[in-house]
Amino acid sequence: MGFLKKIVVSGRGLVVALPYLWLLLFFVAPFLIVLKISFSDVDLAIPPYKPLLEWTAKNAVAVKLNFNNYAFLFTDELYLKAFINSIKVALVSTVLCLLIGYPMAYGIARSRPVTRNILLLLVILPFWTSLLLRVYAWIGLLKANGVINNILMSVGLIHEPLVMLYTQFAMYVGIVYSYLPFFILPLYANLEKMDWQLLEAAQDLGCKPYQAFYKITLPLSRNGILAGSMLVFIPAVGEFVIPALLGGPNALMIGRILWDEFFSNRAWPVASAVAILMLIMLVPFMMWYQSVQARESAGSR
Amino acid sequence: MNERRSFFVITCLAFGFAFLYIPILSMVVFSFNASKLVTVWDSVNSPTLKWYHVLFSNEEILDAAWISLRVAVVNASGAVVLGTLAGFGLARFEQFRGRFTLNAMTTAPLVMPEVITGLSLLLLFVALEETIGWPAGRGITTMTIGHMTFSMAYATVVVQSRLASFDTALEEAAMDLGARPLKVFFVITLPIIFPAILSGWLLAFTLSWDDLVISSFTSGPGSSTLPMVVFSKVRLGVSPEINVLATLTIGVVTLMIVGVSLWMARANRLAKAI
Repeated sequence: MGFLKKIVVSGRGLVVALPYLWLLLFFVAPFLIVLKISFSDVDLAIPPYKPLLEWTAKNAVAVKLNFNNYAFLFTDELYLKAFINSIKVALVSTVLCLLIGYPMAYGIARSRPVTRNILLLLVILPFWTSLLLRVYAWIGLLKANGVINNILMSVGLIHEPLVMLYTQFAMYVGIVYSYLPFFILPLYANLEKMDWQLLEAAQDLGCKPYQAFYKITLPLSRNGILAGSMLVFIPAVGEFVIPALLGGPNALMIGRILWDEFFSNRAWPVASAVAILMLIMLVPFMMWYQSVQARESAGSR
Repeated sequence: MNERRSFFVITCLAFGFAFLYIPILSMVVFSFNASKLVTVWDSVNSPTLKWYHVLFSNEEILDAAWISLRVAVVNASGAVVLGTLAGFGLARFEQFRGRFTLNAMTTAPLVMPEVITGLSLLLLFVALEETIGWPAGRGITTMTIGHMTFSMAYATVVVQSRLASFDTALEEAAMDLGARPLKVFFVITLPIIFPAILSGWLLAFTLSWDDLVISSFTSGPGSSTLPMVVFSKVRLGVSPEINVLATLTIGVVTLMIVGVSLWMARANRLAKAI
């Protein structure tokens, strides 16, 4: 890579400076502002919060930090419940994605190249179609006079429509459905690089197929599983659209609480405090994801 | 390699794809349903294009679609420039100051819950307006900036992985023959990564076109995007025009994906032939 060293001196700085500064300004700096506003008081003004810094009578600046918003979040049971429920929902959805997605990714990776490309396209296609519209499709399937109830009633399996829409069940269906491609794709990318001769060798040496899977395939695909799980778990914790459309009025999800605090109650400082707590919880997972990604790309070189 | 799939795996594939496609197909089918009840098939008057006419005479939806289209095009073009620069830097420069930070900043938006990104961008725009007077209010500009910030991360990943998958021999050869770095980039590197740049553009376009959460936070009065209008309609229940909109979206996406992948397969064969 000798020639690249030359760019270092001249253009290298310029190349990375633009995206670097952009992300610093529009992705990192905003978090500092969220942090700041999470410490300010709610105010009936535009914007609806009080400044942190105030000029006092003696021409000195007084910093008024207050932890009221955080105290409020910890004393009101609603928020704690929402946090716990969000983690539970995200965790269960991730496990469901693993159970459905692993055999699929495995099946795709073990197909002939032509079949493999077609199946891969079929996974990517929903991923490119609007999430909102795909979640909307489930309303039509799950509602009282929806497709599933109509079919079940016409074959006589049930006599009254099942209540499925606006329940926890509908929310799980929506999340697993929407995030499944995010799980399959990184896992497939990992399995595709697998040396399947290892499995044949194991079987030649007397290993049963399920043992070979358990002892060879599963450990070797660990990074793919982790990457896929993070891509499902982290955004699912803060998911808003799916609980709002499928989950019904009492589906307590933290993303939805943040949205309502912000848009309905105009409580910007409370919404900011919710965002900060969510970040504190999720940042370790994001760092884990990044290190998994780094290991994956180092392994593929 | 031979196909080595057990009965179990094939069953899982069949059920998995049924799960992924039944909702999509149901929207396509019911978009031709005459009944206003959407999911109750009116076999007397269906199939019909009635709701297609309704959709195309709905001013609110058309206006929103026009705003979405403008935002998505500007966003995709900007995101792909930023993403190509970042992806090139991360894939080709081994060590530079800030490499770790840049890597983290381009990975985090991929997983960051949108409500957090949306809220923080809005608070930034409000704070900027208060201190330097820009941006004056919120609207299409702030929304585009918001979209670029998260979609450039996707563009970066696409470009970076393309660059990582082909070796630097061609670039080095051109350098040895005396080409300057900038020329090498435009004559050698850019044509090779062009498929990635194109798919990065399309991905950024789609992300912006579909985005609801970040748009809701960063838009202003009179700049409602298509997903925002759809969301407010869908919240009130099913509506037949939305099935039509979904069918059209699926049609366009399918054509686009199939077209691009055929074209990329050809480009890959050519690249291998060189």
